[in-house]
Amino acid sequence: MITEAGHFALILALIVSLVQATAGKNTALAPRAGVWLFALLSVSFLSLLHAYAVSDFSVWNVVSNSHTMMPLVYKIAATWGNHEGSMLLWVWMLSAWGFFAARAKNITPEFRARALSFQGMIAFGFISFILFTSNPFLRLDPPAAEGLGLNPILQDPALALHPPLLYAGYVGFSVAFCFAMAAMLENKVDAAWAARLRPWVLAAWIALTAGITGGSFWAYYELGWGGFWFWDPVENASLMPWLAGTALLHSIAVLEKRGTLKAWTVFLSVLAFSFSLLGTFLVRSGILTSVHTFATDPARGIFILVLLTIAIGGAFLLYALRAPAIKSGAGFKVLSRETALLLNNVFLFTFCVTVFMGTLYPVFMNALDLGSVSVGPPYYRAVLLPMLIPFALLMGAAPYMAWQRGDAATVAKKLVIPFLLTLLILIPLPSHHPVALLGFALGGWIVWATLGDFARKMKSNMALSYYGMIVAHLGFAFLIMGVAAATQWGSEKILWMNPGDRVEVAGHTLAFLGAETGLGPGYNADIGVFGVKDGKKEFFMAPEKRWYPVAQKETSEVALHLDGFSLLYLVMGEQDKEHPQRRVVRVYHHPFVAWIFGGGFLMWFGGLLSFIDRRRKRHA
Amino acid sequence: MKNLFFIFLLLLSAHAYAVEPSEMLPDPALEARAREISQNLRCLVCQGQDIDDSQADLAGDLRRLVRARITAGDTDAQVYGFIKARYGDYVLMNPPLEGRTALLWAAPLLALCAGLGIAFLFIRKNGGS
Amino acid sequence: MLKFLPLGIFLLLAVLLALPLLQGKDPSFIASPMIGRQAPASPKIPRGQPALVNVFASWCVSCREEQAILKDIAKEESIAVYGLDYKDTPPALKKFLSATGNPFRDVTPDEDGRMGIDWGITGVPETFVVDKDGVIRYKYAGPITQDVADTILHPMLAELKQ
Repeated sequence: MITEAGHFALILALIVSLVQATAGKNTALAPRAGVWLFALLSVSFLSLLHAYAVSDFSVWNVVSNSHTMMPLVYKIAATWGNHEGSMLLWVWMLSAWGFFAARAKNITPEFRARALSFQGMIAFGFISFILFTSNPFLRLDPPAAEGLGLNPILQDPALALHPPLLYAGYVGFSVAFCFAMAAMLENKVDAAWAARLRPWVLAAWIALTAGITGGSFWAYYELGWGGFWFWDPVENASLMPWLAGTALLHSIAVLEKRGTLKAWTVFLSVLAFSFSLLGTFLVRSGILTSVHTFATDPARGIFILVLLTIAIGGAFLLYALRAPAIKSGAGFKVLSRETALLLNNVFLFTFCVTVFMGTLYPVFMNALDLGSVSVGPPYYRAVLLPMLIPFALLMGAAPYMAWQRGDAATVAKKLVIPFLLTLLILIPLPSHHPVALLGFALGGWIVWATLGDFARKMKSNMALSYYGMIVAHLGFAFLIMGVAAATQWGSEKILWMNPGDRVEVAGHTLAFLGAETGLGPGYNADIGVFGVKDGKKEFFMAPEKRWYPVAQKETSEVALHLDGFSLLYLVMGEQDKEHPQRRVVRVYHHPFVAWIFGGGFLMWFGGLLSFIDRRRKRHA
Repeated sequence: MKNLFFIFLLLLSAHAYAVEPSEMLPDPALEARAREISQNLRCLVCQGQDIDDSQADLAGDLRRLVRARITAGDTDAQVYGFIKARYGDYVLMNPPLEGRTALLWAAPLLALCAGLGIAFLFIRKNGGS
Repeated sequence: MLKFLPLGIFLLLAVLLALPLLQGKDPSFIASPMIGRQAPASPKIPRGQPALVNVFASWCVSCREEQAILKDIAKEESIAVYGLDYKDTPPALKKFLSATGNPFRDVTPDEDGRMGIDWGITGVPETFVVDKDGVIRYKYAGPITQDVADTILHPMLAELKQ
């Protein structure tokens, strides 16, 4: 009954989205349609959630992806752990953003109606996609007795948060896209427009940053490799909008404060969501193989590609026609903060192009019958690392530059102390890992230069968004240093251990005390008990190997111990068939790895500070 | 130069979930080479993992093969060549630098130069007031 | 004119993305570099006649089904099928062949899987077409179905015999 309601609501939503799409001139209808669209899609999404929560096996989607033995929270998360359900989540997010945009106070009714009508078009396209190719409400008659279960690797609390956060982020950039379209139609791109746009971009950026950081941390502790980024095509699909979105934030700052970089800001607003759409296409079209992709077929791929062509092609066409009419704002000298921010954008854009090429080049080569190559982490490291150097140098120096015309001598003088402090922290570091030194040099430079600026401006009455920038930049610096330390100074030991054996890693002595069996929801566990001594401290660590009989899958649960900012990472491997007490044990020590995820958290937090800044909002 | 390259490649290498103690070579220098090479070879029956990380049988076979070739005296290039001859360029995580991948390798620098060029043209055109 | 660049690049991208979808290309299919090369030394294949090399194992379920089809091809085309028994043991092999019948002129055991790697296999079964000069001309990954035999193997073998 509830499922039928959900299905019906989705069909109604399709109609409402069409109304919203065509309500461009009707300033009363568009926002009302936006509210109705959100209400209907909420009913639809909640009904699917309900079907999962009660294990309604008359719904094919639930049968394919759920199982009665799964804990409730994972049943609910399974709603979006599949193509159809996640697509419904995607359009629901779109309507949620639309709902808030419909109620925004600081935009004119005409602007609102135009922006919402573009949003309505996107919603119409994707709701059609769901109804015609990916309907989660298809029934199974008679209902199945049991579901087909879920991949145990995905039964994790982080899974509940990671996709919704990511979607909130990518889909949130649709507001910037629609605002840009509306601004181009009205031919009004100015500082006021940027000020109104900013909170929307920030909110989406915050969600996306949290989603990516969370996903990275989940991979770190779940996948048992200690890896946190794999340059997998789907990871890259979330990184590209993030890079474009970060560039957009900086461009908005310039437009808002100085009234320049108008056409570029509009372009970036379109570009960020375009990358989100591209990502949606890549994950679901079957054009790439990746551990993240949903299994789909080319027909769905073509449908999304058509939607993309209309949306992005249309936007770029409008840009080509309207951009020349956008009048340039005040000029600025080469040595100025505007230039620094513009260069930041150039680098971010270049990083984005790099990730794009790495991800899609194999597809292009395949399309043109040029054979197959694969692009893995070595490519990205080799090309991105060198560019990171000027990027980081710029990040530290930019706050010191004055708007419009800076003075080289003044800037250089103020940067002397940060420079010296950077050199100072490098001295105690181990010198046989030059790349780690480079990471700390760059990260350290950003830290000292940023703190230096903070020290100078602390006494003035700075806006909260300034502190947001400080925190976010510090976050990035810690991210770089964390990556450098964890990957360059890490140590590992891989060996067979009998109960009673000891091994030493990075000043910790681990004693294997033996393996026990255990039971958990849906699985049998082989639990390794280890006593660890670290100087004075003593504690236990218990990695597991779990067997999920329903899914016929084995997973490995890593045991982690936080030691300062470093992590001791313990994995228990195979059992020796001839000596059942013996196990393969892998111990890793990742120095300062917490700085990686902590850095991501700080970037998120900095964004949040900027978002809640009341003073900036008043300006709009 | 080779050392610097070696170091670049060791980035993000704090993993190796799948290497078995019994596979590891007694000579640490050779074992280190084996690990580095393994991290640059794609597991063809997995999604996105290298053979150093993958638990698949084929990955284990290839890890042992890499170590056998290293022990037999092959250089790194020869080991890569041996595997590439049987599995194609796709098995290399680091795409080769040749005619058909020229655009891939050149793209970042081209994008940067284009971006810098356009940026400076824009700044010049607008001038300061 | 710069203003039309994003649109132009995007349309180019859309075409490049559409091509593999329209052509129905499987992204996980990777052409083998062994094609066009001399076949590895094992299993030993005499020159002068095209032959099939089938990499299989007794523990491989789908290998059973294709045994009958391989036998048919061997008979109809009067060519030899050479087997490479991948990661298997002699007693298991014997049991397998007595159950499915033996289409092979000769079976070479590959207990550690090293020979299979020399052929560039990623799993079993995989079948290779080798011409009379010992050059690998085609590789098929997966069990040979009647359809594959009719549409690909028979025509290819007929051509190679000339």
